[in-house]
Amino acid sequence: MSDLLKKVVRLAQYRGAAQVAAPALAAFGKVQRRIKGQKPRKKSGKEDLFGPPLETYRKLKEVLTQHYLSGRYADGAVPVAWVTSGFPVEFLRPFGFHVVYPENHAAMCGVQRQGVELAQVAEAWGVPRDVCGYARCDIGSWLSGKTPVGRLPKPDILLACTNICQTVMYWYRTLGRIMNVPVYIIDTPFQYGEPDERSEEYVARQLEEAVHECARVAGRRIDMGELRETARISKEASMLWGECIALSRNRPAPWTGFDQFMHIGPIVAMRGLPECNAYYRELRSELQDRVSRGIGAVKNEQHRLLWDNLPIWYDTRAMSELLAGSGFTIVATSYTNGWAETAHLFDPEDPFRSAAKVYTRVFINRGLEYRGELLRGMVADYGCDGAILHSNHSCKPYSIGQIDLAEQLAKTAGIRTFVLDGDHIDMRVYAREQTEGRLTAFMESFET
Amino acid sequence: MSMAVRIGIDVGSTTTKLVAIDPGGAIVAWRLEPGDPRVREQASRLVASLREQTGDAKAPVVATGYGRKLVGDATKVVTEISCHARGAWHRMGTPGVLIDVGGQDTKVVRVGQGGEVADFAMNDKCAAGTGRFLEVILPRLGVAWEEVAPMFQKAPKPVAISSTCTVFAESEVISLIANGESVEGIVKGLHMALAERVAGLAGRMLAGAPSVFLSGGVAKNQAMLAALQSKLQRSVTVVPDPQLVGALGAALSAPMA
Repeated sequence: MSDLLKKVVRLAQYRGAAQVAAPALAAFGKVQRRIKGQKPRKKSGKEDLFGPPLETYRKLKEVLTQHYLSGRYADGAVPVAWVTSGFPVEFLRPFGFHVVYPENHAAMCGVQRQGVELAQVAEAWGVPRDVCGYARCDIGSWLSGKTPVGRLPKPDILLACTNICQTVMYWYRTLGRIMNVPVYIIDTPFQYGEPDERSEEYVARQLEEAVHECARVAGRRIDMGELRETARISKEASMLWGECIALSRNRPAPWTGFDQFMHIGPIVAMRGLPECNAYYRELRSELQDRVSRGIGAVKNEQHRLLWDNLPIWYDTRAMSELLAGSGFTIVATSYTNGWAETAHLFDPEDPFRSAAKVYTRVFINRGLEYRGELLRGMVADYGCDGAILHSNHSCKPYSIGQIDLAEQLAKTAGIRTFVLDGDHIDMRVYAREQTEGRLTAFMESFET
Repeated sequence: MSMAVRIGIDVGSTTTKLVAIDPGGAIVAWRLEPGDPRVREQASRLVASLREQTGDAKAPVVATGYGRKLVGDATKVVTEISCHARGAWHRMGTPGVLIDVGGQDTKVVRVGQGGEVADFAMNDKCAAGTGRFLEVILPRLGVAWEEVAPMFQKAPKPVAISSTCTVFAESEVISLIANGESVEGIVKGLHMALAERVAGLAGRMLAGAPSVFLSGGVAKNQAMLAALQSKLQRSVTVVPDPQLVGALGAALSAPMA
């Protein structure tokens, strides 16, 4: 078969997966639900604690199915990039890249409790156990070919941005060597104090270079008009996401931080695509409707908590039930807020410079003083009377300084704080029984 | 004997403790046994025996500790953090920092002005700094519990133990013996290492604390008390009946009949 024919077939598979197979699966799901709907559902006994589940969960499943299903056939059909969650993905859209987010993928592995098995593959290969759980999970997934999504497409380029941590640089270089694929890294200098313009200029220049590199890989020219348009779409998406999370300032909160962890998928992986914006418009109207009707995510909302750091993906359900059982709701998280925090700085007329600001000023690339102010501000905005700071074993940049942050927050905001040991992926360093005991003791301390 | 009592049961990692208290909160009867893996059976047998002794067949039961959810008679379960704070507050009557060194975990609880839990910390997924540390190592040295305090007193200076891990400290101790170090010095060094670990956990909670209290099985070990006082550079008061503090707090959490 000629190369051209191969490409045409592959493209048909890629488009077919997205436009035919995924919608067909969704329709099949609807029929299944209708049949199941007639039978009484199994009860876990915890239903009474929560309001009705968000309808948009179904849409989320459809959107993610479409993304990962088409991804199986992406390589050979369209250019493929693997990128970090803090990479300015907007700039890839005009070139028609299929974008894979290893962090998002690892989170899915975590939710399905496959993280440890995959991490062990990476460890046996030589990655130390203290390295980020996401990195171990994804390296292990690629080495073993195991993934809950069927198959991940091989990238044509690996793109990392150090605004979320320095680990991504080593992680992506490792992947680059395993796959024999070029790696491009955008270095965003850590901002200890006020944002520094020279750093932003330096980042803007790297962005321009990265776009040229992507154009070369994709074999297409840069169209500044298209770039501006994706920047506009992306800015709007982040603003919509921000509006969705801000609706939890209402009492009772229409959704919880745990819901936000799940619905973060599109804003991380689909920024710059119109489908992403459509998704959050739908979510926003559902949440607005709940607010107007006074429907809370947790029925008996007594205490409102702030969450800091990544979720403990494999234990979110048990933890949300434990909290809801005593009337506690996580109403805000610094993690999900990250995708809304700097979006207003985007200027579609000046995409490179403004993107440099947006991506360099993210909270995780800022000093502790800024982080402290951010948390205090969120406590005030969301009316929190407590905070849980997840000390994440394999995410050092997010966890460093948390003991100080917790203490300051307790003093300056006058709330109860609690540092919880865990890991976003690695269940081996997480003690369920001890966590439950401590979390319960923390909740009991609100009674006195 | 027959009176209205409240019962608290603390199913810990190593031992199971029960107390029955009168309406004034005084302990009128108690039990202490090594923990049985068949928690349900042991708890129900011990509760029955306390009820029989006090003559109150309907005494309400509150459970705490790791096995708290397995106590069939319990009308309520409360975490050991809250129970220890309540028990210590009842016994001492003043705010302060309570250090509870149990079999497999060490808790530090800052008890506030009204006896509430103001802050707390626990050891993290590791039994270094708990009673287990001594339980594992002392038999390797051939030292009985009653010998510990005199040895600690007698030792000229502690032998430095660098490992904070119970398992590695055991192998370190074996090599120290092989190098001819005195058993007294090693015993003192072990206690100092344990005290250091506990002090590290208590950390900044101690700053400005009016008093420091010690509870848990390890509090009965005079050597540990001395080591902790020396490490913290301040006096530490042992809560009376230190092993029963959690169970007492649980009993106090039960509603009055």
